[in-house]
Amino acid sequence: MSKFRKDGKKDLPAISTASLPDIVFMLLFFFMVATTMREVDLNVNIKLPGAKEVTKLEKKDLVSNIYVGVPMRKFQKTYGTMPRIQLNDQFATVDDIQAFIASERESRKEELRNKLTTSLKVDEYTKMGIITDIKQELRKASALKLNYSTVVKGE
Amino acid sequence: MARKTPEINSSSMADIAFLLLIFFLVTTTMDVDTGIYKKLPAIPEDEQQNDDVKVKKRNVLSILVNRNNELLVNGEVLSISELRDKTKEFFLNPTNSETLPEKGLKNVPYFGDVMVSKGLISLQNDRGTQYATYIRVQDELVAASRELRDDKSAQQWGKKYAELDVDQQAAVRKYVPVQISEAEPRNTGGK
Repeated sequence: MSKFRKDGKKDLPAISTASLPDIVFMLLFFFMVATTMREVDLNVNIKLPGAKEVTKLEKKDLVSNIYVGVPMRKFQKTYGTMPRIQLNDQFATVDDIQAFIASERESRKEELRNKLTTSLKVDEYTKMGIITDIKQELRKASALKLNYSTVVKGE
Repeated sequence: MARKTPEINSSSMADIAFLLLIFFLVTTTMDVDTGIYKKLPAIPEDEQQNDDVKVKKRNVLSILVNRNNELLVNGEVLSISELRDKTKEFFLNPTNSETLPEKGLKNVPYFGDVMVSKGLISLQNDRGTQYATYIRVQDELVAASRELRDDKSAQQWGKKYAELDVDQQAAVRKYVPVQISEAEPRNTGGK
């Protein structure tokens, strides 16, 4: 019986919290490294379509984004409710794409310029007409690497 | 005169770190960009040049998508879920049927002399087609080609296509070439 008897009343030592800042700092550094700040403010609503056979887009610094979608409510007075193109921070038309690609190339190092990928972030309810126009412009600008941005959809 | 400097109380360090941690936790976006990768064809040098090479009708799988997001595959209405099997059958042509694409003898590294399908997918969509439908069609086509390639690499190496090294992948790609050509869209269906 004595086996199961508690040996007297010993005081439990308090758990030392001295290493708590270290743990928190470790987490902090992890998130600081992993975080990517959103570089542009979206002016259009985008709900990406889903797809199963997706590839990961590597080298984020070699990607230029083109957003297409219906303008957000606060912009609808000036820009209407038809899907619009957004380049960087502002609304644009199809004709601006070549200049946009040129400036994107300009801002990269010379040896990386032909490795640029264009990522199309398009709302799933957009009609193909505007996409086709964009694709034609990209071909003219010879930016041939294209990525249709999608979200991963389960089976 | 040397006075001892009092030790800085570091008990609030954890709080500061927590504050920063929470800030980064909230602002962080861990989204990895994923998508369907495509290579656009270059614009032909000569604008007037008629670049549509004559291809035999049996070698083409023509996919039309109209503005009501309906599919017409070689003159037959299909649903998107049937497209994958149709594409696989088109490229495999297991019975060597007259209506499906012909095959040519080709020397492929690792595989030797094999019969390679001469099939070609022609995808045409309307200006009024919804983007989501277009992506679903692309997705199915990519899935079909991935499954075909997985089959071949499983036969040869017992591995999936994605697990092969670069040379082997190139060989499988040569064995199962899945060419998708996108025609100029027709100007119907409005914007």
